Amino acid sequence: MSEIVFAKPDPYDFLETDALLSEEETLLRDTVRDYVEKEINPHVADWWDEGVIPHAELAKAFGDLGMLGMHLEGYGCAGTSATAYGLACMELEAGDSGIRSFVSVQGSLVMFPIWKFGSEEQKQTWLPRMASGEIIGCFGLTEADSGSDPASMRTSAKRDGSDWLINGSKMWITNGSIADVAIVWARTDDGIRGFIVPSDTKGFAAPEIKKKASLRASVTSELILDDVRVPDEFLLPAVSSMRGPLSCLNEARFGIAFGAVGAARSCYESALAYAGEREQFNQPIGSFQLTQRKLVEMMVSVQRGTLVALHLGRRKDNGELTPEQVSFGKFDNVRNALEVARTARSILGANGITLEYPVFRHMANLETVFTYEGTNEIHTLVMGQAITGLNAFT
Amino acid sequence: MNVVVCVKQIPDPATPYKLEEGTSWLIRPEDQVLDDTDRYGVEMGLQLAQESEGTVTLVSMGPTGNAQGIRQALAMGADRAIMIEDDGLRGSDALTTARVLAAAISSEAFDLVITGTESTDGYSGVVPQMIAELLGAPALTYATKVEVGDGVVTIHRQTAAGYDVVTSSTPAVVSVTAGVVEPRYPTFKGIMDAKKKPIENKTMSDLGVENRLAQEVAKITNAPEREAGRRIEDEGDAHTEIVALLEDRKVI
Ligand SMILES: Cc1cc2nc3c(=O)[nH]c(=O)nc-3n(C[C@H](O)[C@H](O)[C@H](O)COP(=O)(O)OP(=O)(O)OC[C@H]3O[C@@H](n4cnc5c(N)ncnc54)[C@H](O)[C@@H]3O)c2cc1C
Repeated sequence: MSEIVFAKPDPYDFLETDALLSEEETLLRDTVRDYVEKEINPHVADWWDEGVIPHAELAKAFGDLGMLGMHLEGYGCAGTSATAYGLACMELEAGDSGIRSFVSVQGSLVMFPIWKFGSEEQKQTWLPRMASGEIIGCFGLTEADSGSDPASMRTSAKRDGSDWLINGSKMWITNGSIADVAIVWARTDDGIRGFIVPSDTKGFAAPEIKKKASLRASVTSELILDDVRVPDEFLLPAVSSMRGPLSCLNEARFGIAFGAVGAARSCYESALAYAGEREQFNQPIGSFQLTQRKLVEMMVSVQRGTLVALHLGRRKDNGELTPEQVSFGKFDNVRNALEVARTARSILGANGITLEYPVFRHMANLETVFTYEGTNEIHTLVMGQAITGLNAFT
Repeated sequence: MNVVVCVKQIPDPATPYKLEEGTSWLIRPEDQVLDDTDRYGVEMGLQLAQESEGTVTLVSMGPTGNAQGIRQALAMGADRAIMIEDDGLRGSDALTTARVLAAAISSEAFDLVITGTESTDGYSGVVPQMIAELLGAPALTYATKVEVGDGVVTIHRQTAAGYDVVTSSTPAVVSVTAGVVEPRYPTFKGIMDAKKKPIENKTMSDLGVENRLAQEVAKITNAPEREAGRRIEDEGDAHTEIVALLEDRKVI
């Protein structure tokens, strides 16, 4: 029997979850962490404040690193493990959820469907330039009247000779106004189909949604499709049902399960540092029992979320991960991250409401993360159905 | 052009260093990182080699551990690494280190050897010059800029006042300062390729070098605590007092 070791635990990695990573994963994780600390963190509060991101520069830098579509094989993609992709999301989101969203959309929602359901020619045409960041994509599924129930979408595509005519609109589309190309999901006579729509196609417009109080370091847009004509070669051939968009969402949600932990970790680290420095009643606020309770809850939550994410990562790399398990990760890690962010906010007092610290920004961002990619309620119903066998959606 | 870059794995500077009792040798954990200042040398080497389709070989002395620091330099793009690890080298001094590195380098066909100016854990700052002497190659030190063309290397050598322009023929040894070039981030492809790149392990007997200590560490003490500063209250004449103080210390 091995004995318990008496060594001082690391406040930043209490359970030493780092030991679960391979050397290669550690190096990759540290590379993204280093990148985020040097290139994102010094600027992101300003981007968030102004609601503007240097998207072309970011796309190029992410492309150079190999971050875009990193877990896909071939076509200029890095071909890492799914766990490595998750770790990159975790580090990016420790910077900002909007920056992680940029990468999630490009890799999981735009490159993935082309890679999975596209023709060889479509893959050759689009993937290498998307992997390098030369081209930015967006993913249009949600509509103003069709959110949690995307199958109720109204956007339609009809055959017109050898072309397709697409009509309708999409709402809340990340990267919409800066995209060179959109994956648009539309109803057709033979089910829900995906189309690759270049943004310079006549009849396509993507006005930006302003006045957001969340995910401000990210572009969110409406897509308007008014008699948009695309040739048959722009149709994704290999899928004609909701399985298409849902399999993309599963990829992205997997990354979010990791990403949310990154945002939570950043909040916890800020609060821990602040609690050690800030003095009231002649002592650091970290010496009060009420504050210690908050710090410990946060630390435990971040560690637990890390373990859940890594477990999902290993299962995905073994080809064993189910969509319901992805729901578990998205549901639990995001709600816990939000709780951590709110608790950290309280520890920072008045400073907690400013953009001088990352906490409020994360807290506001996580409200979006809580809602997109399947709301907390929808993932509850997915798991509820899985354990009861009963459908509570309708 | 073929470049050899000397790099060192060191304990993570973010964690406090521990010294072995009795010997005062630095305890080196399994997990070491690439000395941050070496990333500049690696980047310089990569840029020079890539211009001319040459190779970059890393040479490193010290416990290999899990080789994470070396993999980081390989992930940046270096082609291969030679690691010299030998229990007999524990506690070696600057001259032994230089002899070991020079012996390893001398079996390579190189145009340029690049080093940092000093390691972050040892700070002796003399190894590059010693390597050059042992290799019989010119030493160009403290480079803030490096250019190579047609058998000639030209550097800007940092001085207190600015820089000197120094030129020599190649092969040569160049020590580069932090900031000579902006080191790249390893790419994900690079990180995955790094594990396939060869790391050759050598011992003292492979190189025919012995550890003859020429230097002895007599004593190690903690750096003195910084003394509290002096506060000058401004009653209208503080500036004259400050100027006098600065003049006294020959700052102005
Ligand atoms: C910043 C941002 C970026 C986004 N980016 C994209 C993108 O790139 N592409 C894209 O396609 N979409 C995107 N979305 C849209 C996002 O996926 C949707 O907002 C989400 O699916 C929820 O839809 P909804 O907002 O219409 O809410 P609704 O579906 O109207 O939900 C409102 C509330 O009702 C609850 N609810 C709904 N149905 C049920 C039920 N059966 N049982 C119990 N509760 C229920 C929900 O959980 C929620 O609490 C983005 C959203 C935001 C905010």
